Amino acid sequence: MLTGAAAAGHAALASVDDDAITLRRALRKSRRREQWRAAALVLPLFVFLAACFVVPIGAMLARGVIDTDVARILPTVTAALKSWNGSGLPAESAYQALIADIRAARGAGTLASAATRLNYDEPGFRTLLFATGRQLPDELTAPARETLIGIDPKWGERDTWAAMRRAGGPVTDFYLLAALDLQRDADNSITGAPPEQRVFRDVLGRTLWISAMVTLICLLLGYPVAYVIAAQPPGRAGVLLFLVLLPFWTSLLVRTVAWVVLLQKEGVLNSLFMSLGLVHEPLKMIYNRFAVYVAMVHVLLPFMVLPLYSVMRGIPPSYVRAASSLGAKPFTAFRRVFVPQTLAGIGAGCLMVFIQALGYYITPALVGGAEDQMISYFIAFYASRTVNWGMAAALSIMLLTATLLLYAVYNRMVGVDRMRLG
Amino acid sequence: MRNPTATLGERLTRIGLIGLTGAVLLFLVAPILTIVPLSFSSGSFFYYPLPGLSLRWYQDFFTSSFWLSSLKNSLIIGISATVLATVLGTMAAIGIWRARFPAQALVLAMLISPMVVPVVIVAVGVYFAFAPLGLTDGYAGLILAHATLGVPFVVITVLATLSAFDRTLLRAAESLGASQITTFRRVMLPLILPGVASGAVFAFAASFDEVVVVLLMAGPAQRTLPRQMFAGINDNISLTIAAAATMLIAISLALMIAVGALQRRSVRMRQAVR
Amino acid sequence: MLNNRFAAVALAAVASMLSATALARDLAVVSWGGAYQDAQREVYFKPFMEKTKITMTEENWDGGVGTLRAKIQGGNNNWDVVQVESEELLLGCEEGLYEKIDWAKLGGKDKFLPDAVNDCGVGAIVYSFILAYDGDKIKGDTPKSWADFWNVKKWPGKRALRKGAKTTLEIALMADGVAPKDVYKVLGTPAGVDRAFKKLDQLKPDLVWWEKGSQPPQLLASGEVAMTDAYNGRIAAANDKDKKNFKIVWHNNLYTIDSWVIMKGSPNKAQAETFLQFVSDPQYQKNLPEKITYGPTTKASTAMIDKKVLPELATAPQNIASALPINDKFWLENLDKLSQRFNAWVAK
Repeated sequence: MLTGAAAAGHAALASVDDDAITLRRALRKSRRREQWRAAALVLPLFVFLAACFVVPIGAMLARGVIDTDVARILPTVTAALKSWNGSGLPAESAYQALIADIRAARGAGTLASAATRLNYDEPGFRTLLFATGRQLPDELTAPARETLIGIDPKWGERDTWAAMRRAGGPVTDFYLLAALDLQRDADNSITGAPPEQRVFRDVLGRTLWISAMVTLICLLLGYPVAYVIAAQPPGRAGVLLFLVLLPFWTSLLVRTVAWVVLLQKEGVLNSLFMSLGLVHEPLKMIYNRFAVYVAMVHVLLPFMVLPLYSVMRGIPPSYVRAASSLGAKPFTAFRRVFVPQTLAGIGAGCLMVFIQALGYYITPALVGGAEDQMISYFIAFYASRTVNWGMAAALSIMLLTATLLLYAVYNRMVGVDRMRLG
Repeated sequence: MRNPTATLGERLTRIGLIGLTGAVLLFLVAPILTIVPLSFSSGSFFYYPLPGLSLRWYQDFFTSSFWLSSLKNSLIIGISATVLATVLGTMAAIGIWRARFPAQALVLAMLISPMVVPVVIVAVGVYFAFAPLGLTDGYAGLILAHATLGVPFVVITVLATLSAFDRTLLRAAESLGASQITTFRRVMLPLILPGVASGAVFAFAASFDEVVVVLLMAGPAQRTLPRQMFAGINDNISLTIAAAATMLIAISLALMIAVGALQRRSVRMRQAVR
Repeated sequence: MLNNRFAAVALAAVASMLSATALARDLAVVSWGGAYQDAQREVYFKPFMEKTKITMTEENWDGGVGTLRAKIQGGNNNWDVVQVESEELLLGCEEGLYEKIDWAKLGGKDKFLPDAVNDCGVGAIVYSFILAYDGDKIKGDTPKSWADFWNVKKWPGKRALRKGAKTTLEIALMADGVAPKDVYKVLGTPAGVDRAFKKLDQLKPDLVWWEKGSQPPQLLASGEVAMTDAYNGRIAAANDKDKKNFKIVWHNNLYTIDSWVIMKGSPNKAQAETFLQFVSDPQYQKNLPEKITYGPTTKASTAMIDKKVLPELATAPQNIASALPINDKFWLENLDKLSQRFNAWVAK
């Protein structure tokens, strides 16, 4: 920077004509160098996040559409099915290819992955493949098709082969469709999943509903609280804000434990109610939706109160007073003058709460029942309790899309650079 | 708020508002207040009234190899992740503050995004990516993952501190012949240190409280405190959890007060410079 | 340059973390948690570490072969020895999730009960799923069968069952009047599966699910449910340790065996084998039933068990008379299909 300016100084001595151009060039050069330096400071974190955050998540999401297991493990039958037109049964050569592939995969110990993939599409396929593998005779005494159908009549069904063809990859919409309770039938057209297997529309709807309810409750509780705190003198407001922030700083697990203690059937609240004679039978307050709302609102309420508080703090009381002096009833003055000025805070608080609520996992898992689990629970379930990574990825795509869209709205409205903590 | 001409309706509204606020604040604090006395119970159930007072659950905590090793794991992972996140995050925040470069808004959005992307997606992503690299067998994978989660806190707090930082100070130092490193060490760092430190506290708290990544990735040798508590709620709910929770609350309070003090200090220092 | 110095520090930190991973980890043993694992710790784990000087870490899990598949296929296997249920043993063995057992090192197959021997696993315990209720809360006319479990009019209160198709569907059919010997015949037909789910539909409003063996005693103790199915040993342990008065209904109990397996590619295979030798030693096995009422799997240990716990074991003649042996072959063939339907049914 300094050298740039010095060079500009020398140039000025040399020629007055060139002065402006040289100076501008030197300035630009110095600014560019400053830019490079700034970028160099950001680079390590950028690379770190790319390696440990963006790429892993991208690779994970890609599993929602990439489908290569079956083609890799059962290559010849996958190739043979490419030429099958989908009507009737595949040619004898496809059956021969399948037998060869199953033998090879069993020998190599890789059959499990292919079976797992096929089983997602057609429940029972794992068993079919392994049972077929076990029962294959060493020497074929009949045509391959006859032999296989003899082992299991399912090899004589078009649906079985269609499922196998669908899994041939290299890309698939199978998981994304499944995440919406849709599937492709033997004719490759999209249909609804069988009723007893439909679950994800419920889960998606439930996730949105719980998040919306939590947001609404947070707003209804948070707005008056922020209003009261904003009207206090700074010292007292500080103490009250401390109380709002205390749970924000307390470990999520600690708070969840506390809710279990408070809400359980023979817990603190029930014994209190019983001893006060308010109820005669313990209330069922945990492992249900009620507990989920209570615990989630408890965690997320500070995210509503803080932006509302900071907006309200900036509204001069004279505005409402002016409205009142002009004859507006207190409530009208509040509704017409005060509330509109807090809309930005309401928007920011609601978006923040809603975005965070969408991804909730631990709290519903610990205090909710089976019918209260949100989409994150199912993502974790498919990733760690079954090896259905495609399904975990497809659900992640749904969740992430919703989150990022809302984040973009938030960014436009509030601006990430204006985010404050604590 | 006080207004001598208030009508009855207004007065009732005010009382209602204050009552509601009190109830909400109680709702926010009650769980924390409930769990602390239980940890001193001499009985072994989550009941009130307490049968008597004792420190047996604290004794249980400090003599249990499970709880102690999980505390150790939490500290190792938390401190390492904090150091990593603080160094990288502070550098990046200074870079962003120093000059506008192309696509800066996009880069900033990316640096903040770990705070927004649902943790379960981060957890599943790193779980798949780190396993083949052998990063999941020890602390390394958890430290890296927790550092990514802590980075946004550092970036945001340091940026906030920098926004009040007077650029002319740097120019003054440089015009007096100070090298860049000296300028940073002697002029900039002392002034932004409170921001850096509170960012570090946030990052540490984020790691210390994190359980989703740990649930997916950690083996039995890397169990952290929250993971142990999770297992406790699911499996063996005993009052040792209450003791652990009470200590965590004490730590949170300390961190909270630290951040408050740091922020006040930052304001004071800025005023002093002016 | 300034950022170079920072980069150097950061790199050094990362490098030191990476090098730490190269160190071998301790033997990780995974079992079912709660009172059972507490008993195992006393009977096996502590003496094992003392005698062999091998350090081991413990973990608990709540089953599901999918968890093991995810560990092996995800390349993130941090477990060495795992206790599994019978169908998890068969499924995982077929899919290559486990190391093969070297029976010569364990003293030969003849040392064990016939059911405890498998290519991939060695039997750990013999136990039953039973119906349990709190004897302090239900008195006088007490439930005696799975049909009574469904009778919420006579015995009001919630019911708990294990979250999973296996055992739940069998119980539903037995409650619907199917004799134990016919259960798998019926369940093998689509109409039989529908019948089981229809029976479960009746109870669904009153059902809560448990996943870990430690939960049923807690659910009974807190009064959350009036009856539950449970592992027999956990109920006995709650009576023994927490002075509860839980009652066990042995009628039509579901009888089975759990096994130890070594996870495929375990870096601690040698220590894992030493561990299996240790837990298959009748001298140690005989101590387990005193701590928790699960039967041992070696022939020699059976004779050494304390006589007073014998009637509480799944193998006692009066207990086994009406029992349904869980058919692991049936579940090998049907687990996927029925689990999928079951999970969708539960989530609704």
